[in-house]
Amino acid sequence: MAKVTTSILIATALLATAACSKKRPAVIPPAPSDTAPVDPNAGSNGAITPGSRADFERSVTSNTVNFALDSYDIDGRARTILDSQAAWLAKYPNVTVSLEGHCDERGTREYNLALGDRRANSAKNYLAARGVAAGRISTISYGKERPIALGSDDASLAQNRRAVTIVLN
Amino acid sequence: MLPKTMLKTLLAVSGTALIAGTAAAQDAPAQQPAPVAPAGAANPQQQGELVVDVVGGIAAPLGIAVPTMPTTEPVDTPAGRTDALGVQLSKIISTDLRNSGLFKPLEAGVKPVAFSEVTAPTFEYWTGAGASALVQGYVRATGDGTLTVGCYLYDVTSRNEIARAGYVVPPSDWRRAGHKCADMVYSKLTGEGPYFDSRVVYVSETGPKGHRIKRLAIMDQDGENHRFLTNGQAIALTPRLSPDQRSIVYMSYLNDRPAIYVYDLASGRQRLLVGNTDLTFAPRVSPDSRWVLFSMARASNTDIYRVPLSGGTPQRLTTSAAIDTGGTYSPDGSRIAFESDRSGTQQLYVMNADGSQQQRISFGSGRYATPVWSPRGDLIAYTKLGGSFRIGVMSPAGGNEKLLTDGSQDEGPSWSPNGRVLMFFRSSGGGSGKADLWSVDLTGVNVRRVPTVLDGSDPAWGPLRP
Repeated sequence: MAKVTTSILIATALLATAACSKKRPAVIPPAPSDTAPVDPNAGSNGAITPGSRADFERSVTSNTVNFALDSYDIDGRARTILDSQAAWLAKYPNVTVSLEGHCDERGTREYNLALGDRRANSAKNYLAARGVAAGRISTISYGKERPIALGSDDASLAQNRRAVTIVLN
Repeated sequence: MLPKTMLKTLLAVSGTALIAGTAAAQDAPAQQPAPVAPAGAANPQQQGELVVDVVGGIAAPLGIAVPTMPTTEPVDTPAGRTDALGVQLSKIISTDLRNSGLFKPLEAGVKPVAFSEVTAPTFEYWTGAGASALVQGYVRATGDGTLTVGCYLYDVTSRNEIARAGYVVPPSDWRRAGHKCADMVYSKLTGEGPYFDSRVVYVSETGPKGHRIKRLAIMDQDGENHRFLTNGQAIALTPRLSPDQRSIVYMSYLNDRPAIYVYDLASGRQRLLVGNTDLTFAPRVSPDSRWVLFSMARASNTDIYRVPLSGGTPQRLTTSAAIDTGGTYSPDGSRIAFESDRSGTQQLYVMNADGSQQQRISFGSGRYATPVWSPRGDLIAYTKLGGSFRIGVMSPAGGNEKLLTDGSQDEGPSWSPNGRVLMFFRSSGGGSGKADLWSVDLTGVNVRRVPTVLDGSDPAWGPLRP
């Protein structure tokens, strides 16, 4: 059997987030069959698993709350949405979530990272006040890096000022 | 051509000392190239007859000729054949000078120059071609593996040599000899400090607006020698090159955990700067390369901290309940300018490097962000937010505000090493939102796009290379 040698890149190596092994596996895995992709949250009959991300997204009013310009206040509409999220999270006390804070493009990059953090924490604090243990909620700010609406008009900007609740596995 | 008395006035107004002729060396001591056969008036020029007016704007770029640099005999080197290098070197020099906006390198009538003519220019010819100044030089394989590049600057009208310099470089650094020569020419004729032999770190962008691929990249300030440093799997933002040029600090979303990393240029390895789970961003390196100033969001409040570049316990510098971020050191490291919304809107503040004596310096209508202190210490550049984003400069004490650009989304200025040019990024609105690097002269003229391999943002201009 031929020896496999690995070579190590030196000097200006590109950073990879995962090492890739080039060894040929001893047993080739079977080719994928021609069926539709399986929803990992689905039960064997295709139903959505309770307590899953898919269950969350179809159960709560919305996974997203929006904010006014330069603001991180939770308004009336946001309260309704977060209340429904809190109720669902109370039913599944082992579920953890990530709260993503986002901004529109009409702010400078670093300030928006801070504002996104404020928005994520604003929503987190509201959920915590509604009984969701703070330890279940992690926050992450994306500043203006991940807009969901691509236009530069006011309506698009308003959609991008948001906090999104993502159920983690 | 300006009389001597006006030159003295210009020096007083610009406040910068005329840079004495420096025979700049890289890794080997510079050698004064031996002139072949001095002919005509080869006496070194008195610093008076030829000068470029840089105060108050660019009246007319100076016509300058940069013919191909000949070689004694064409020799193969790891950088290429010496005669081919001579062609490229003159292009590097004329491109640098043209991009400064202060010079107009001749296109037509630039004849090939024989080696013997390098120190004995045919001034009449160049006068007829429309040049006021002339840059001649040569390339030689030194014999020990290095390259020697000679660089001579002449005043065509008075037929005098202004200055000469020689550069001995390893083949991998051959382009730097061209930039050093251009820097010598630029400094002699404008009285400004040099800036062409420098690099820029920035974020290379590609992909759709909603899912931009952002990679850390480094290049020479003219866009050459471009290298990607990360592979785009994690968003990279807001890099800075350390003044000792050994590290890049930047913010990365590696492992879905946005934080500051210190990237070592020599090894290509990086490490987390602060090892906790709080959001850290907006890194800056102190002028002595010992400290990193940065922002950290703790309990949903963002403040400015500093920590040794080598790592350690962060020391908190601001304590307001507002968002305090984006600090920048003064060139002597004694003070920090930063942005804060403690007054209700984003404004600029200055404090001592230990966090004491925080004072607001911006008072115009609108908001102010991203302050950067000029390497000359005389100005702070910033992003002015109103209906649009524009690049501006003001005095470090506040006041004397001047807007330099008129784009709709110009953001994130960065100073050239001589405090004369600002690089920033300009985004187009709408569905593409593409960003590119641009630069502008301190007087507001010469707004031009900086060519990059893909799109780009967050430029950080590094220091002059020694």
